[in-house]
Amino acid sequence: MDLGFGPEYDAFRAEVRAFIASHWPPEDGDLKSHANERAFIVAAIEQGYMHRSIPRAYGGSEQPYDIARAEIIREELTRARAPSGRIPGNGLVVPTLLEWGTEEQKQRFISPTLTGDIVWCQGFSEPGAGSDLASLRTRAELSPDGTKWIINGSKIWTSHAHKSTHIFCLVRTEPGAPKHAGISYLLIDLRQPGVTIRPLVQMTRQKEFNEVFFDNAETPVDMLVGERGKGWNVTRSTLKHERSGISAMTWPLSMFRDLVKLLKEVERDGQPAIKDLRIREELAAIEGELMSLVYSTYRSTSLDIHNQPGDTFSTMRKLYMTDLAGRMAKLARDAVEDDFADMGGARLKWIERFMISLSMSIAGGTSNIQRNIIAERVLGLPRERTSERAANSQGAAA
Amino acid sequence: MNFLLSPEQHALVDSVSGLLRDRCDALHVHQVFDTPGEAAFDAALWSALSELGVPAIMVPEAHGGLGLELIDLAIVSEALGRAAAPVPFLGHALAALAISLGGSEEQQERWLPALASGEKIATVAFGEGPGRWAPDEWTLLGETLTGTKTMVPNAKEADLIVVGLGTGALAVVEKGAGFTVARLDVADRTRPLDTVTFTDASAELLANGTVAAPRVFDAAAVLLAADAFGGADHCVNMSVEYAKIREQYGQPIAAFQGLRYQLVAMALATEPARGLYWFAAHAWDALPDKARHAAAQAKAHLAETYLQITRDTVEAHGGIGFTWEHDTHIYMKRAMLDWAWLGTPSRHRQRAADLAGW
Repeated sequence: MDLGFGPEYDAFRAEVRAFIASHWPPEDGDLKSHANERAFIVAAIEQGYMHRSIPRAYGGSEQPYDIARAEIIREELTRARAPSGRIPGNGLVVPTLLEWGTEEQKQRFISPTLTGDIVWCQGFSEPGAGSDLASLRTRAELSPDGTKWIINGSKIWTSHAHKSTHIFCLVRTEPGAPKHAGISYLLIDLRQPGVTIRPLVQMTRQKEFNEVFFDNAETPVDMLVGERGKGWNVTRSTLKHERSGISAMTWPLSMFRDLVKLLKEVERDGQPAIKDLRIREELAAIEGELMSLVYSTYRSTSLDIHNQPGDTFSTMRKLYMTDLAGRMAKLARDAVEDDFADMGGARLKWIERFMISLSMSIAGGTSNIQRNIIAERVLGLPRERTSERAANSQGAAA
Repeated sequence: MNFLLSPEQHALVDSVSGLLRDRCDALHVHQVFDTPGEAAFDAALWSALSELGVPAIMVPEAHGGLGLELIDLAIVSEALGRAAAPVPFLGHALAALAISLGGSEEQQERWLPALASGEKIATVAFGEGPGRWAPDEWTLLGETLTGTKTMVPNAKEADLIVVGLGTGALAVVEKGAGFTVARLDVADRTRPLDTVTFTDASAELLANGTVAAPRVFDAAAVLLAADAFGGADHCVNMSVEYAKIREQYGQPIAAFQGLRYQLVAMALATEPARGLYWFAAHAWDALPDKARHAAAQAKAHLAETYLQITRDTVEAHGGIGFTWEHDTHIYMKRAMLDWAWLGTPSRHRQRAADLAGW
C-alpha cells in the first residue's frame, strides 16, 4: 500500500512547481485581473499542465491520461494559489462540444472558453422542471426564414449567469414529441435584448444564481448542438475526466481545520469548547467520517489509476460529503451559541456554512436523487418507476 | 498511489473466504451458537484455518510464521467477521503478536512456532473492569500474579495467556501456573469470554513488553474494526438481497422508496469505513506517528457503525429479523463484542482527541 504518488513523480512535481514559481504571482501583483489569469492559463496549457484532455487543435494541451500527474498539478496550483483554469461552466460545455459539436462550433468556442474569454452558464432547470428535468417547457422555434431559433421561456438556479457571456440551454423544439424526444441543446449569447437576468437572493443573502428569462431571444440556426430533438442524449455526454475526487476533498478538509480552530477559540464554561467532553467526542466522530472520506477517496483514485473495478464509493461521495458538511456545521453552531442568531456578528461565516451546507443537498442532483442513483447503481436494486427519469437527471441543477 | 490490496493479499483473503464458504456457512454458525452449555469454538474450523496459515500471519518467518503485516491480518479478520466465524482468532493473533513484538529471541523461539502452527492456543488478558483496557490502566503487578482480568477471549481453552501488567509491561502465564477461569454467559457465542482470576500465578515477563503493549493494543483496535467492517458489510448485503426477493403488495419490497433509502443509508455508513480501517492497518505498519490515532478512530467508528447496521438489518427484515433462527442476531452480538471489547467508541474518541492534541 502506498498513499503517495511515488518517487517517479517527484521530478514532475518539481517541474510543475518551478513553472508556477516563474509565472505566478504575476509581475504587476494584480491577482484579480482577467488578463493575468488568462496569461497564466495560456502558459500552463502550452506547458501541458492544464486542459490536458483537450486536443491542441481546440486550444487544449492534449496530454496522455494520467490522473497522478493531473492531481499533482492541481495540488501545486492550489498550494501557490495560482489560477486553477476551472471557470464555471466550462467543465460542462467543453466535453459536450467535443463530443457533439460541429467543427465550426469547436473552433469557435472551445479555445476562448478555456481562456475565460467566453464564460458559460447552464440553462437546464426551470421553475417546473427540477429533478424531473425532461419536463422542461422553454421553447425554441425556427424563424420563418429558417436562419435562427426564437427562444421563449425561463430558466432558474442559473449559477453565475450575471457573470457569463453565453448560456448552453435545453429547450423544447418538437412540441408534439414525447417528453425526452422533443428537447434540443442550444448555445445562446446572453448579451441581447431578448434576455433578462434576475439575480435570486439566497438565504445566506448572497447572490450566486439567477433566473434567466427569454422573450423572443435569438440564436443562429447553427448554434444547435447535436441533432434537433436529441438534446437529451447530448447532455449525457461523458468525457473521461482526469478527476479523482482528491481535489473535491479540499473543502471538507479545510472546513474541518476551521472547525478545530473555532472550537479552540470559543470558550465554554471558562475553557476552550474543544475541552468539553461532548464537543470533543462529536469532533472526533466527525474526524472518523472525514478519515473515511479521505481514505476511501484514495482507494477510489487508486482503482482508477490501476484500472481496476470495484469503485462504489465514488457514487456515494457527494451524499457522504453533504452529510459530513451538515454535521460539521451543526457542531460549530453548538459552539458559537448566542452568536448563532447574529448575522452581523463575528460568526457570520459559520452561519453561512450552516446554510450553504444545505445547498449541497440540492445542487448538482438532490440528496434524494443521489439516493436513487446509489440504490440502482451500487446496490443493484430494481429500477423504480419514477427513478428512470430521476437517474437521468443527475446534475440537473446548475 | 496504490492504496489497494496486492495480488498476494487478494489470494490470502480468497483462500480464507473459500474455506469459510465451505466450512462455516450460516447454518453451521447457528449450530455452534446453539450448542448447549457454555459457549465453545469450532476446533475443526480453527485447525483448517491454521493449515491455511492464519495464526502464522504476523509471526516472524524465523519462528515458523509468514512474517506479514497488520493489514494482512486485518483483511483476514474482515473475512472472519463476514462469516461470523466461531474461532479463537482475536486473542490468539494478539498473543502471538505480543510475543513477536515483545519477546526475546529465546522467548519467541520457545512459544511462537506452536502458536504459528495452531498447535497451541493463546490469548490476551487486557480488561480490568468496566472501560479499563489500556496499558496505562492495567494494575496487576509482580512476578507471581494475583488479581483478576476480565473479558479474556477463550482463556478456558488457552495454553498460555499474555497478561497486561501495571507497569505497562506484558507477561506470559502458562496453563496450570495458577489461575482459574469462569466463562461468561456471553452475548456473542461465537467468541467466548472468560473472567480469569490469578492466584500467585507464576508469570514470565516479556523482554520488551512495555514497548510491545501499546502496539498490541492498537493492533487489537484495528482487528476489531476490520471484523466490524466484514460483519456490517455482510449485513448490508443480506438486507439488500432480502429486499429483492421479499414480496409485499405484489412486488419486491425493494421497490418501496422508504426501504430503498434505508438500505442506501446503511451502505453509505458502511462502505466508506473500509478506507478507514485499511488506513489504520496501513498506519500501524508504515506510519508510526499516525498509527495510534488512526487505530482509535477506526475502532470507534467501525464498532459504532456495525452495531447500528445490525439494528437497521433487523428493520430491513421485519419480524423474521427479530428471531433467534435468523442470522441477524448473531451479527448483532458480534457487533456488541466489537463495541465493548477494548473500550467503547466514546472512550476511543476521547483517546483520539487526546492524541490529536485537542
